[in-house]
Amino acid sequence: MSIKNHRIVITGVGLAAPNADNLESYREKLLAGISEITEVDLRYFGKAPAGICTFDETRYRKKKENKRGTRAGCLGVYCANEALQDAGLTVEHYGKSRIGVYVGLTEHGTVETENEVYNISQYDYDVDYWTHHHNPRTVLNNPAGEITMNLGITGPHYSIGAACAAGNASLIQGVQMMRLGEVDMALAGGISESTGSFGIFASFQAQGALGSADDPRQACRPFDKSRDGIVVSEGACIYVLETLENALERGATIYAEIVGYAMNSDARDYVLPYSKRQAECMELALERAGLQAEDIDIVNTHATGTKQGDIEECKAIRTVFGNSKNTYINNTKSIIGHAMGAAGVLELAGNLSAFTDNKVHPTINVTDLDPECELNNLVIGDAIQLDSVNTILNNSFGMIGINSVIIVKKV
Amino acid sequence: MTRDAIKDLVLEIIEDIDEDADFDTLESDKPLRDQLDLDSMDFLDIVMELRKRHKLQIPEEDYPELATLDSCVNYLEPLLKDA
Repeated sequence: MSIKNHRIVITGVGLAAPNADNLESYREKLLAGISEITEVDLRYFGKAPAGICTFDETRYRKKKENKRGTRAGCLGVYCANEALQDAGLTVEHYGKSRIGVYVGLTEHGTVETENEVYNISQYDYDVDYWTHHHNPRTVLNNPAGEITMNLGITGPHYSIGAACAAGNASLIQGVQMMRLGEVDMALAGGISESTGSFGIFASFQAQGALGSADDPRQACRPFDKSRDGIVVSEGACIYVLETLENALERGATIYAEIVGYAMNSDARDYVLPYSKRQAECMELALERAGLQAEDIDIVNTHATGTKQGDIEECKAIRTVFGNSKNTYINNTKSIIGHAMGAAGVLELAGNLSAFTDNKVHPTINVTDLDPECELNNLVIGDAIQLDSVNTILNNSFGMIGINSVIIVKKV
Repeated sequence: MTRDAIKDLVLEIIEDIDEDADFDTLESDKPLRDQLDLDSMDFLDIVMELRKRHKLQIPEEDYPELATLDSCVNYLEPLLKDA
């Protein structure tokens, strides 16, 4: 086996966010701080703020397939096709067996299981009425596999379970598999269909960590003193990854190079985050990228709007970036909510266009900044214009103590 | 249930599975699978729907009886005679 230290670049982006179905309009909404978080009414649970994606669900596969598959599969198929189209590629370019599909998931199968239990409750819990679709819908590779079936990709596909660090983790997996020579191109990203599960909302509620507000667009308030929890969103973002060499050779538009990454574990608590390990994770990613903290232009925070989570991340950022005068900090969840397994990749996508417009999109819903969340150059309220943006560091952390950091650089 | 009603029932179930299904040129004595976008999982959907709507328990060995529209009607007619 030959391992080559290929430089890996992003050449295509496909996304479905709660406020956009393509990168251009997503960027516009983020720069303007436009949230489209709405209110959903969930079985058993009732009403809650949530981010729901609107996109052309039948652009790339029939309604019949959407019915048979999962919401995650539907989101994934749309984004994978959009990403390929954006990259100007077909699956034939590298060969169908030379493409890998790596999808980050926070969870999968919860929605389908809840729906099926409800279905049999209508038949006095007689399991003869349990659907034969249950297993293919709930196997953990489902969303990645639905993408391969739709595109006829015969290379490897699987999901990466990494709680809310999963989006970044899938990108890391894609980079590693390409460097190992396992594949020549990767479709890597994250997907979340969590808004279909009452249990996920109820669990956050029971934990005292579900965001609320009279206006659902103001329910996600990272860094604000009044913040009271997470806004669950669905969403997906899939990237096309190629080697820099191949991308240059075919004259591709290159969004960014993935120059550094790191993952580590808190090894300490089921839900509480830990600033020390988060800081170590950022430092490791910087070291691998051969960069100093002051070389980073934008840090996209993971902050979800929970009391403790935001404080811990701010501590970690102060540790690493305390002396970085030119590093600007923002938060994407304040606008789109927490897209769980898609969060890392959707938030990176939200910042990627900074390499061309040199802007930093704002963190919204901060009217009373928590002193414990004060950070140098925290971008609040309005987007700011910089002279140039060349590097972005993207944080994504998750339950059970999992941390992930990706650093991308303008090519 | 009359033969025509049974035929409508089967077509209605297929339409629920695939609303793009085109019945205009469907030949009732030819396999449904050759004429429509249906696979084995879809046939299990048909079996499940018959169970849900008419409490029919169709044993696996009888699944081939559902191959064509005519064979569906022939097979279901006695089972749905009181429906």
